[in-house]
Amino acid sequence: MKRIKTIETRDLQKSVKTGGCGECQTSCQSACKTSCGVANQQCEKCLGEK
Amino acid sequence: MIHRYKLNGYNIVLDVFSGSVHVVDDLAYDIIGLYENADKDQILSAMLEKYVSDSSITEAEISDCIDDIEQLKTEGKLFTADQYADLAFDFKARNTVVKALCLHVAHTCNLNCEYCFASQGKYHGDRALMSFEVAKQAIDFLIENSGSRKNLEVDFFGGEPLMNFEVVKEITAYCRSIEKEKGKNFRFTLTTNGVLLDDEVIDFANRECHNVVLSLDGRKEVHDSKRKTVNGKGSYDVIVPKFQHFVEKRGNKGYYIRGTFTHNNTDFTNDIFHMADLGFTELSMEPVVCPPGDPYALTYDDLPVLFEQYEILAKDMLRREKEGKPITFYHYMLDLNSGPCIYKRISGCGSGTEYMAVTPWGDLYPCHQFVGNPDYLLGNVFDGVTNPDVQNEFKLCNAYARPDCKECWAKLYCSGGCAANAYHATGSVTGTYQYGCELFKKRIECAIMMKVAQAETDE
Repeated sequence: MKRIKTIETRDLQKSVKTGGCGECQTSCQSACKTSCGVANQQCEKCLGEK
Repeated sequence: MIHRYKLNGYNIVLDVFSGSVHVVDDLAYDIIGLYENADKDQILSAMLEKYVSDSSITEAEISDCIDDIEQLKTEGKLFTADQYADLAFDFKARNTVVKALCLHVAHTCNLNCEYCFASQGKYHGDRALMSFEVAKQAIDFLIENSGSRKNLEVDFFGGEPLMNFEVVKEITAYCRSIEKEKGKNFRFTLTTNGVLLDDEVIDFANRECHNVVLSLDGRKEVHDSKRKTVNGKGSYDVIVPKFQHFVEKRGNKGYYIRGTFTHNNTDFTNDIFHMADLGFTELSMEPVVCPPGDPYALTYDDLPVLFEQYEILAKDMLRREKEGKPITFYHYMLDLNSGPCIYKRISGCGSGTEYMAVTPWGDLYPCHQFVGNPDYLLGNVFDGVTNPDVQNEFKLCNAYARPDCKECWAKLYCSGGCAANAYHATGSVTGTYQYGCELFKKRIECAIMMKVAQAETDE
C-alpha cells in the first residue's frame, strides 16, 4: 500500500483460539510492584515456539 | 475502535481489537479519522479541499487510499469490532489457579523511605519476620492450588527481605528439593534496597533468582532525599557500589534497577540517564502513588512535563540503540509479535486469584498493596481462601469491568489498570486511577512509536 504501512503484530482475534494457557508471568511480579500493565509481558507459549 | 496519534514525526494508527499497528502518511491519517463518520463522497470533497494546494493529491489518489483502508478492514486489521466483551465476563465462572506469591518475608526495613506505601515495611502493623514454617506452608499452599501450571513465581518481598535472608535461603532450598517431584519450575524474584547485599547474597541470587529488582531512584540528591537510613542519612553511597558489583557478577541474568519519581523530580529522565551512566541497562522508573495531599504527590500541572519526559526518553533510547548502547525501560517493553494473548490482556495482573501476597503470619491478601487492610483479607496459608467474596470481586476485575474503560483505546494494554491504585483513588477495585491512566497511555504511545521507528530502521 502506498500510504499505509502495517507493522507485523500478533493477531489478537486469533489468540482467542490459541491463547489462554496461563503460563505467562504474573505482571506485577517483575519490575513495577506499584502499577499494572500486561503489554510489556511476553507470551510463554510464543517464546517456546521460537 | 482505533487510536490515531502523531509522535516523533510518525502518524500512527492502532487498531485496538486486532492489535494491528499502521504507520500512515498525512492523507491516510486524515481519511482514517473521517472514515467511520463520513461516506466516500464526503471524504473525497473534504480531502480535495484540505489538500487543494498539493497537486499530487488527486481524486484517484484519495479513492485508492480509501480502497486500501477498506481492504485492511476486510482483513481484520482496521476498524475491527470488539468481540471480547462476552468473553470477559465468562471469567467469573473460570477456575483459576494460584501461580504466584509475593512472600513478605520481612515486615521491617533498614531504610525509612519517605514515600513507602508499606509504611517503612510494617504495612501499618507490627514488625515481624516470616518463619520457615509459615513460608513452607505458603509454598505448599501454592503447589496445591496451582493445578497443571508448571511455572510458579515467588517474590521475596518486604519490607526488606534480606533482613530475613536465612529463611529466604531455606525456603528456596525447600522449593528446589520438591519442584521436580511436583512437576513445577520455581522462578524466584528478590526485591531489595541493597543495604545488606554482600557476596553471599549476590551468589545466592545469581544462582537462584530469575530476576532481581534493585531499588535506586537515580541521581544522588534525588535518591537521598527520599531513601534514607533510619538515622536520616541518604543511602545512595551505600547501595550504588553494591548494585554495580551485583550486576557485574550477574552476567546475562535478569535484573531491574527500579526507581520511583515524585513531584520533586518531574525531570525523571535525568535519573534514568544517571542509572545508565552508572552502567545499568535494565531500568524501571515508576510514578509515585500516594495521597494527593502529600508534599511529593504528582499533580495535574505536572502531567505535560511528564508527557514530555516520556517522549524525551523514547527518543533518547532510539538514539542509544542506533549507537549500539541500548538501554531497556520496563514500561516501553512491548513485544508486538509475541506479546500477551487476549485472555491475559483482558484478565490483567491476576491479583486475588492467580497472585496473592502472604504476610509474615501467613495471612493472604489479593496483592502486596492490600496487605494490612482487613476488608481485603482473603484467608491464610493454613486454611486457604476463607473469604470467597473478596476473591470473586477480584475475579470480576478485568478490562471490561470498569465503566471508565469502555471507550478507552488502551484497555487491552493495561487490562483496566491496577486494582490497588483504583481502590485507593476511588474506594472501589473496579474504579480507575485516572492520573495513572494518563501516564500509562502516554507510555504505550511512546512504546508503539519506538516499535515503528525500529521497524523502519530494520528495513
